[in-house]
This record gives sequence, structure tokens and C-alpha cells, in this order.
Amino acid sequence: MSNTYSRITRDGLWDNNVVFAQVLGMCPTMAVTSTATNGLGMGLATTAVLVAANMLISSIRHVVSDEVRIPVYIVIIATLVTLVDVSINAWAHDLYKVLGLYIALIVANCAVLGRAEAFAAKNPILPSGMDGLMMGLGFTFALTTIGAVREILGAGTLFADAHLLLGQSFSFMELKLIPDYKGFLLMVLPPGGFLALGFLIALKRIIDRRRAALVEAVQVAAPAVGCH
Amino acid sequence: MNLEQLRGKLFYQGASLGGVALITTAALALADKATSADIAAAQARDMQQSLTQVLPGQYDNDLLKDTLLLEGPNGEVTVYRARKVGRVEAVVFKVSGTGYAGPIDCMMGIERNGHVTGVRVIKHKETPGLGDKIEPAKSRWIYEFDSKYLGDPPAEKWGVKKDGGEFDQFAGATITPRGVVKAVKSGLEFFDKQRVKLLDEGVPRDVSGRTPEGGKP
Repeated sequence: MSNTYSRITRDGLWDNNVVFAQVLGMCPTMAVTSTATNGLGMGLATTAVLVAANMLISSIRHVVSDEVRIPVYIVIIATLVTLVDVSINAWAHDLYKVLGLYIALIVANCAVLGRAEAFAAKNPILPSGMDGLMMGLGFTFALTTIGAVREILGAGTLFADAHLLLGQSFSFMELKLIPDYKGFLLMVLPPGGFLALGFLIALKRIIDRRRAALVEAVQVAAPAVGCH
Repeated sequence: MNLEQLRGKLFYQGASLGGVALITTAALALADKATSADIAAAQARDMQQSLTQVLPGQYDNDLLKDTLLLEGPNGEVTVYRARKVGRVEAVVFKVSGTGYAGPIDCMMGIERNGHVTGVRVIKHKETPGLGDKIEPAKSRWIYEFDSKYLGDPPAEKWGVKKDGGEFDQFAGATITPRGVVKAVKSGLEFFDKQRVKLLDEGVPRDVSGRTPEGGKP
């Protein structure tokens, strides 16, 4: 059992990362990652929806027939997103002013439906919740990284306005990395999102290839030791 | 009949989809009921905040309740009026100009004597890093309008410097400040034209703010 959980964790965070490996959810990814803070907020909101959607859908997986499963999933996901939207608007209004535009975009994130279909519809409730959490955290990690790259190159800052998202006590995260930086507009505009994403995916593949080569080298070396 | 067989039936599929729709709709209705009051309060707070930004100072009425609907420079506009002992001292309303990437919405406050008390951009889609210097968080440009009126600068000088006017433009962005200057000017002209209605001067008022009825004392 612990084996499946560690597999789920590795898949969600790295091997099968929503953005860097599955390349899903590009609409919110490109729309919000002009700063690291926005990426973080969007990622956390999506994580909440992913966990709830996965667990709900897993709990009704025996009841729903194959023929109507897609509309059922979509209705459930859309409802959850709306619930998140109205609760943040009502009870965390300052956060809503930062994220409000993007929360509705979670519906358009095919990764949520993708996880429902690929994982939650076939697995028990707890692993499904775990899958939602790890996929969500992987998504958050990806969005924050893209946001950080674009923010540093585009504006010379990191986690600007983090206190709006996390509260005043987190204002220490707001860094001005490059003083007197004139800004690099391209990275803030949508093309910058594509550029950052492209380079980061390439970086992930290089790391994966190095790791695979390392594993292979160990496997080749091991029998050789056995021979002697 | 067990669940396995039931799931293949058309009736069951329709009913289950309907059932899910019913449950989720009920959840949404409940959530709306639970949150609508808080959301309305939060929005009123936002509005109040943007009003106090363009209209500093103390007034003794609730601006949000003392409103007037008039035909403004960009269609119908809601005017919020600030009073002191019944007399309208200032008005706040929304004006809109055309920027580089669509409309720029501003809130502006005008004093009784026609002076601008403040302008704030509330919504725009201008290029980040270039056109967004109209936000007070990015630059102090928007404060240039404070206590300006029609006459200072004179009408032909109400433009950006590139057009022979008095207001600064930003490096690399002329269209954005031009749009805002034009919006503010249109707001002042609207105030000039509708002055009597806006300041509530059609009806004589006594100090207590009540309209005197009939004969004199």
C-alpha cells in the first residue's frame, strides 16, 4: 500500500507532472503565471478542487454508468469550482480580488477532468484523494516555478504582493532581486509564458535523461561485480 | 436486479444524471444563500474604499445611499454625493476612456467648486510595465490630476504633452495617458453641464437638509 502511495507522490510531483509531463491545463498556466505569487495561489485553489473532485468521483464510481460518466464528472467539477469561488469571495475577499478572475478558469483546466477519468474512476477514495493532492501540488510547483522565472526575468522581483495572498506575516517573501531593473516586457506578456514553459520542460527532460543514464550505469555495473 | 444490470438501463442513466444535477444544484443554492450577504457586504466595502480614495475628507452622509442616475459622458452614470449638513460638497462618479487595449474605467471625485479631488483607475487592460503606470501602485502619475479644474490647465491644454497639453506621458506609452486625460476632462465637462442637478441646487434646502414646505416662517 505504501508502495502505491509513494508511486502516486512521485507521479504527481515529478514523473507525470500535470504541466511539465502531461502538458495539461495550459489555459490557467499561461494566464496566471506572470508572477510567482499568482502561480502559487492558482495552484493551491486548483489543488483544493482536485482533491475534492477526485474523492467525490471515486466515491460514486460504482453507481455511475459509463455512458453518462463524463457529464456527471463535469457537473460535479463545475459545482465544486463554483463553491470555491463563492466561499473565497465571501470569506476571503482580499484574496478574491487577486485570484477572482482565475478561479473560474479551474473549470477549463482539463487536468481536473483528466484525473477524474484516469485515476479516481478506477481507484478507492483515499488513493484518489492522495492522487488529487499530489497532482495539485505538482501543478502548484510547476506554476510557481514558471511564475518565478517570468517574474525574475520580467520585473526583477520574486513573490511580489505575496502578502495579499498569504497575509502580512508572509511579506518577508517579497524580494527585489535586481535593483533598478528596467524590466523585460516580453517575459511578462503571454509569449514569455510559452518561452519559460518550453525551457523548463526541456530542463526536466535533461534531468530525467541524466537520471535514467545513471540508473542504467548502476544496473550494468552490478552484474559485472557479481561475475567476479 | 443488482446494480451491475441496472447501470446498463437507459432509465437508470438518465435518472442518475438527473439526480446528480439535482444534488449539485441544491448545493449551489445553499451556498448562494450562505454567502450572498457576505459578498454584498464585501463589495460595498470595496466601493466605499474606492470612494474614500478619490474623495478624502469627512462627510456626514452615506455616499453609497445618496446616489443620482444621470446621462453621463459614456451612457448612464451613477453619481455618489457627499454632503456636509445637507449641502452637497462633492460628487464621485465613474468615467471611461479608451486606452491601448480597451476601455479604462476611472473613478473621479469633484468638489463643489469644480476642482478634482482625486482620480483612480479601477479597471484597465493596458500593457503591464508600460501602460500600467496609471495605477498608483506603479507610479504617482494619477495624482497629477488632484485639484485641477477646467481652466487650470485651460481647455486647450487638457491633453498629454505630446499633444501640446500639460500632462506627462510615459516613455513608450502615449495612448494610455491620453485616454485617461480625455476621460477626466469629459468628467469635468459633465460636472459643468449638470452642475445644478448634481449639487442638488434645483430645490432650496435649509441647513437641516429638509426641503422647506410651503409658507415662510
